Amino acid sequence: MNTPDYLPILFLLVLSTLFAVGSMLAASKLSPRRWTSAKLQSYESGMVPEKDVAGDRFPVKFYLVAMLFIIFDIETAFLYPWAVAYDELGLFGLAEMGVFIAILLAAYAYVWKRGGLEWVE
Amino acid sequence: MRVAPEYYLSLAGLMFVIGVVGALIRRNAIVIFMFVELMLNAVNLAFVTFARMWGHVDGQVLVFFVLVVAAAEVVVGLAIILLISRNRGSSDVDDVNLLRW
Amino acid sequence: MEMDIPRIELAGIAPEIALTVAALVILVVHAVLGNRFSTWYLPYLATLGLVVAGALAVIVWDVNDLQLSGMIALDNFATFVKVSLAVFGLLTVWLGRDYLTRDRLEESEFYALVLFAVAGMMLMAAAADLIVMFLALETFSIALYVLVAFKRRSTEAQESAMKYFLLGAFSSAFFLFGIALAYGAVGTTNLYSTGPEADSLFRFASAGPSTDLDLLVLAMGLIIVGLGFKIAAVPFHAWTPDAYQGAPSPVTGFMAAGSKIAGFAALIRVLDAILFPLRWDWRPLVIGIAVLTMIVGSVLAVVQEDVKRMLAYSSIAHAGFVLVGVVAANDRGVSGSLFYLATYGLTVVGSFAVVSILAGPGEHRTRLTDYRGAFYQRPLLAGALTLFLLALAGVPVTSGFVAKLVVFGAAIESGYWWLVVIGVLASAIAAFFYLRVLVVMYMQEPIEGVEPAPSGGWLANGVVAITAATTIVFGLAWGPLIDAAEHARFFVAGG
Repeated sequence: MNTPDYLPILFLLVLSTLFAVGSMLAASKLSPRRWTSAKLQSYESGMVPEKDVAGDRFPVKFYLVAMLFIIFDIETAFLYPWAVAYDELGLFGLAEMGVFIAILLAAYAYVWKRGGLEWVE
Repeated sequence: MRVAPEYYLSLAGLMFVIGVVGALIRRNAIVIFMFVELMLNAVNLAFVTFARMWGHVDGQVLVFFVLVVAAAEVVVGLAIILLISRNRGSSDVDDVNLLRW
Repeated sequence: MEMDIPRIELAGIAPEIALTVAALVILVVHAVLGNRFSTWYLPYLATLGLVVAGALAVIVWDVNDLQLSGMIALDNFATFVKVSLAVFGLLTVWLGRDYLTRDRLEESEFYALVLFAVAGMMLMAAAADLIVMFLALETFSIALYVLVAFKRRSTEAQESAMKYFLLGAFSSAFFLFGIALAYGAVGTTNLYSTGPEADSLFRFASAGPSTDLDLLVLAMGLIIVGLGFKIAAVPFHAWTPDAYQGAPSPVTGFMAAGSKIAGFAALIRVLDAILFPLRWDWRPLVIGIAVLTMIVGSVLAVVQEDVKRMLAYSSIAHAGFVLVGVVAANDRGVSGSLFYLATYGLTVVGSFAVVSILAGPGEHRTRLTDYRGAFYQRPLLAGALTLFLLALAGVPVTSGFVAKLVVFGAAIESGYWWLVVIGVLASAIAAFFYLRVLVVMYMQEPIEGVEPAPSGGWLANGVVAITAATTIVFGLAWGPLIDAAEHARFFVAGG
């Protein structure tokens, strides 16, 4: 096994690390952060919380978004093999993918219209 | 270095058995479901290994289908478990016992 | 690299395509129009989809072909199952219409999920490749998980959906591992591929020099376990009573009819058609499961206090009776099993239709005591339920009697008379609990001060009438259906 075989993987590794670190840095530097004493106080009742619960509870809404993401994310995984073999598959592949995407679009329209994407508390 | 396929298959078998045992003895729905996912991943490993042994890509393609099905299952399963835990604040299988013969 | 572009032959999956399109149209149209308009058109769309699918399945009767690169078998076996499924789907949609309006549940999702489930079940019957079989299995299973949880607010429904889901996912992992091992043993997942060493047999069946027979037998066992869950065979039946009780009654009837015929279609194709040469390896396992299923199902049904749970255990026992036909592994066994599954499906959909009407709004009255004196309050419905229960018990002049006769006859033909003896004994035990319901309905007084359940809509009553009629008709004039089942042959190469 030659080293050059693994070069693309190394490249990908570096790139993805850079992206992850970069976006975290950007988020911390660019986002406005104005701490005031009022903001740091306990909410409403004034009781000092014994334990930080903010760290381990997400609003249920996040699960819905996460689920929708998983579904559409995995479905698009089928696009990659098609893209790789695009030349050989030609018009047949294009038509097949058209059908595939159309079904996904129908699902998307359904989710959208039924309010699955709305963020109301 | 080339690892013999038997090792991969043994690992797949071991993963599958761990998944079965775990799914049977754990009580939390989400944990049970994680063990089921482990079983599915054991299947994926077996598929890829067999594909290599037979020298064609069929087995690798099958992994794609397994992945997609697993994702669809996760979504439906989590939605059901979420429905229950929102209702009762627990996802323990033992807490859920209205139905008994 | 040159690719083999598969020839586009859609006849084999045309019914499934029709169903999928109809389901997507239902979902999107309702989502776009919303509830501002009346939803009268939804059941019509679902009916249209199912009728078209059934018609598309019928027109390929007597075609013997493999399509889509050998993934889909186009044979009368698949056609028979598909047409039965289209009928079950129609009855479920009509029954569902009344049920959903009564209990104010969402309509569009219900119809769409039923159509998706029927599509998956149809594909299961036509699958000529194990991976297609797996995808079909998951398609209808996932739709059913959601349908079981359809009464979202009911804690019982949530609980039964969770149990069904966890055990369903668990079982499909077994099925899938079986597929992986079969792939390892044979080198393909296609059931009808002809290998280099095969002369006339298909590669799966012919144990050539490169086939790892031990591995294939192990794979076979895992596949039987996986499908055993879907057909609710003992010891893989634990989910059945819970799922049947918590699900809306129309869905329960649909599961009992559709899930069973689809699971059995796959099982029969794999065992009786493909792995027939290995029958001495799988028979002991299937016989064991059949005996356990018949006895446990019948015995536990006797002690149930809830009618839906009782019917669930009865459906387990019936899976055992059909397995007797599978064990026979001869032509009569296959046609007998198909006849059994089709007639049982109609009867069970009918019984759950009655249960869903008598249970009243919110489906709270499903206990045996709620049926006290039902005959004096709802004579027609009680009469129909009587007929269904007699058919389930296998009393002559009903379709259930004929079905048991053909299946047991096939087993005797193969020399399994002792299995038939166990079957008859189990039927005798089973007759007890059907009788119990009859006694409660006819010989006990209605509870004072309890209003009878409101009568069902014309659609629900129509479903009861149709299924009651078929239960009698196939009990008296079984000829045409048996004939069709006997022509339901598997795909044969060059046939």
